[in-house]
Amino acid sequence: MKLKELESCLQQVDVFEDPKILLEQYPTSPHIAAHMLYTIHNTFDDIENKLVADLGCGCGVLSIGSAVLNAGLCVGFDIDQDALEVFKKNKEEFELTNIDMVQSDVCSLELASNTKRYDTVIMNPPFGTKHNKGMDMQFLKTALNMAQSSVYSLHKTSTREHVQKKANDWKVKMEVIAELRYDLPASYKFHKKKSVDIEVDFIRFCVT
Amino acid sequence: MKLLTHNMLTSHVKGITKGYPLLIKATEVKVSEVEFNPEFVSRMIPKLEWAALVQAAEGLGHLNDLPVELVPDFEKNEDFLRRVHRVLLEVEVVEGCLRCPESGREFPISRGIPNMLLNEDEV
Repeated sequence: MKLKELESCLQQVDVFEDPKILLEQYPTSPHIAAHMLYTIHNTFDDIENKLVADLGCGCGVLSIGSAVLNAGLCVGFDIDQDALEVFKKNKEEFELTNIDMVQSDVCSLELASNTKRYDTVIMNPPFGTKHNKGMDMQFLKTALNMAQSSVYSLHKTSTREHVQKKANDWKVKMEVIAELRYDLPASYKFHKKKSVDIEVDFIRFCVT
Repeated sequence: MKLLTHNMLTSHVKGITKGYPLLIKATEVKVSEVEFNPEFVSRMIPKLEWAALVQAAEGLGHLNDLPVELVPDFEKNEDFLRRVHRVLLEVEVVEGCLRCPESGREFPISRGIPNMLLNEDEV
């Protein structure tokens, strides 16, 4: 599948009707999601026939994309029932059978006793800036616990040194695959501008 | 919830050490067709907790003749892989609950989605 086809396919994915500030819910744009997944698939072959987890999946754009790219099974995890309802509708509209969902608090999953059982973890975690400082690192810790080979994630470029330090502490290799401009649409009323561009790193963490 | 997802799922109630495998109490189960992918199924088998899978499948009445012990050379055994495929990916729990084997805490499954959220005092 070509990148453009993937992107136009992901444009059909419905997103949050009413985003929740506390959960830092804003959708991963079809453009960014398609680029992430295309790279994960074509450069690293970490989707096709793999067991994939999508942490903080929201309405499921990354899961849907993984499923379209023939993941063996993609399991989306999210704390929010409303988001999962939208995800479920998306899944049904795309008629995908290689998707499953679990409602859970990603931050509590890190205690899991049976770990390293997913092949690949993909995520666009909350950046952890507003009311939930450090949330992105908690997501990352859980992801590294769950993945047998690689974790793909987005983090603010301004936090790169901190992310690198954590990666060193946890003894995983990290590679910034791309620097993206994340066009954050004004999803919430307190946003004054129409949209804000923030710089985001697309990072691959290598567990093995 | 598919049984592959269930096989990877653990309860995290405070103070428990294992929380696995979660006992499935189903009130509605459906079987829907999923494209057979022998390569994926073969790759998943070594990752599974086989005994937990057999227990879950049997509990739902969909054991599909899976053996208690994993057979050798399963990669070449298409009939076996097809049966595992069915149990892992085609059988789905739509309504019911998951019971933590240690704490007894029950997690509801509604419209195919298990809710593993805990109350604040349980974390």
